[in-house]
Amino acid sequence: MVNEALIWTYLEEVSDPEIPVLSIVDLGIVRSVKLANEKVEITITPTYSGCPAMKHIEQAIIEFLAEKNIQASVVLTLSPAWTTDWLTENGKNKLREYGIAPPENEVDKSVLFAAPTIVPCPLCASKDTRMISQFGSTACKAHYQCNACMEPFDYFKCLK
Amino acid sequence: MNSLYKYILRIADDSLILGQRLSELCGHGPIIEEDIALTNIALDLIGQATSLYEYAAIVGGEGKTADDIAFLRFEREYVNVLLVEQPNGDFGMTIARQWFFDSFRVLFYDAMLESTDQQLAAIAEKSLKETKYHWKHSSEWLVRLGDGTDESHDRVQTAINYLHRYVDELFFMDEVDTALITEGIAVDLASLKVAFDAKTSEVMEMATLSFPTNNWKQVGGRVGKHTEHLGHILSELQYMQRAYPNMEW
Repeated sequence: MVNEALIWTYLEEVSDPEIPVLSIVDLGIVRSVKLANEKVEITITPTYSGCPAMKHIEQAIIEFLAEKNIQASVVLTLSPAWTTDWLTENGKNKLREYGIAPPENEVDKSVLFAAPTIVPCPLCASKDTRMISQFGSTACKAHYQCNACMEPFDYFKCLK
Repeated sequence: MNSLYKYILRIADDSLILGQRLSELCGHGPIIEEDIALTNIALDLIGQATSLYEYAAIVGGEGKTADDIAFLRFEREYVNVLLVEQPNGDFGMTIARQWFFDSFRVLFYDAMLESTDQQLAAIAEKSLKETKYHWKHSSEWLVRLGDGTDESHDRVQTAINYLHRYVDELFFMDEVDTALITEGIAVDLASLKVAFDAKTSEVMEMATLSFPTNNWKQVGGRVGKHTEHLGHILSELQYMQRAYPNMEW
C-alpha cells in the first residue's frame, strides 16, 4: 500500500548528484509529498537559484518512483527559501564522513569584515583552519584548509 | 505589453547581462579562487534571471518561453541598466561594477520581500540570501584593493570614476514603476537612495576611495538605449539560437 510515509522513505534513496553521499531528504530540499487519487505530487526547492542539479533531481525522482510503479509529478517552489538549517543531523554526519565540513552557525552574511567562522577540519577535527576562498567547487561550498594536518577541504557554507 | 511584464524584464535583464559578463571570466580570473568566485556569482545571477524570465513568460501571456525572452530579443528590447553591460576591464573594474550592483541589489531585494506580488516576493527571498554573500565578497575586495598598494588603489579609483556615471540609473523610474508602486508590487526606488548612499559611502571610506566630483550621469538602458557594449554581449549570448534556430540541449 502506497502512502506518503513510504514515499518519503523512497526519496531517501534519491541522492544529490553533486554530493552523492547526501539524499535529497538529508539536504532538506523535499518540502512536501502529497498523495491524491494514486497520484503523487512532490514539492522541491532549490538550494541556490542557479543550481544546475534541479532538473536532474526532478527527473531522478520521477524515474525512481516510476520503478516502484508510482506516478509522480514534481513542483518547484522558491518560498520559503532553502536554508542549511534544513539539513538533517544525519545529513551533517554523512557530510563530515565524506570529508566536507557541515555548516556552522554563522553571523549574518551582510556583516562586513566579521571574524571568519571557525570550521573544524572534517579529517583531523582541528579547529585551527583557515578560509581559502568564500566560494568553492559548487554554489553551496566554500574552500578551507586545515593548518594542523594541512589538508584542503570543502565547507558546506551556512545559508540562512 | 503590461507594466508587470516590463518591470520583471528590467530585473531579469540586469541579472542576465551581468551574469553573462561575469561568465566571460570563466578560465580567465586573476587567480583560481577568484575565477571560481566570479563564476559562482555568475551562476547565481543567471539562476535568478531564469526564475524571473519564467515568471515573465507567464505574465507576458503570448506563449513565449523563458528562453525565447532571454535569447530572442533585439538589442533595443533589452532593458538592463548600462552599468551591468560595461566590460570587465581589469580586476578593479570588475569588482567596482559588482560592488555598485550588489550594494543596490541587497536593498532592492530586501524591499521586494514586501511586494504584494507573491512570486516577486518569493524570488526576492531566494535571491537576497545569495546577493548578501556577493555583496560581502565585492565589498571586502573593494576595501582590499582601495586600501592596498598604490597601484591597486589607483586602478580601483579609476574604475569608480568611470562607473560612477552609471550608478544613478539603478534608481531610474518611469510610468512602468509608478502604477506598480501604487499597487504595492514594485519597489519605490527613491526610498532606497538614502540607505544606498550611506552604505556605499561607508565602504568607500574604509577603502580610502572617493567618489568623483564630476556628477555627470548617463541613463538609457531602461528604455533600450544602450552603450556599444551590449551588442557585443548579445552576439555571443545569442549565437547558438541565431546559428541553429530553435535548437535545444
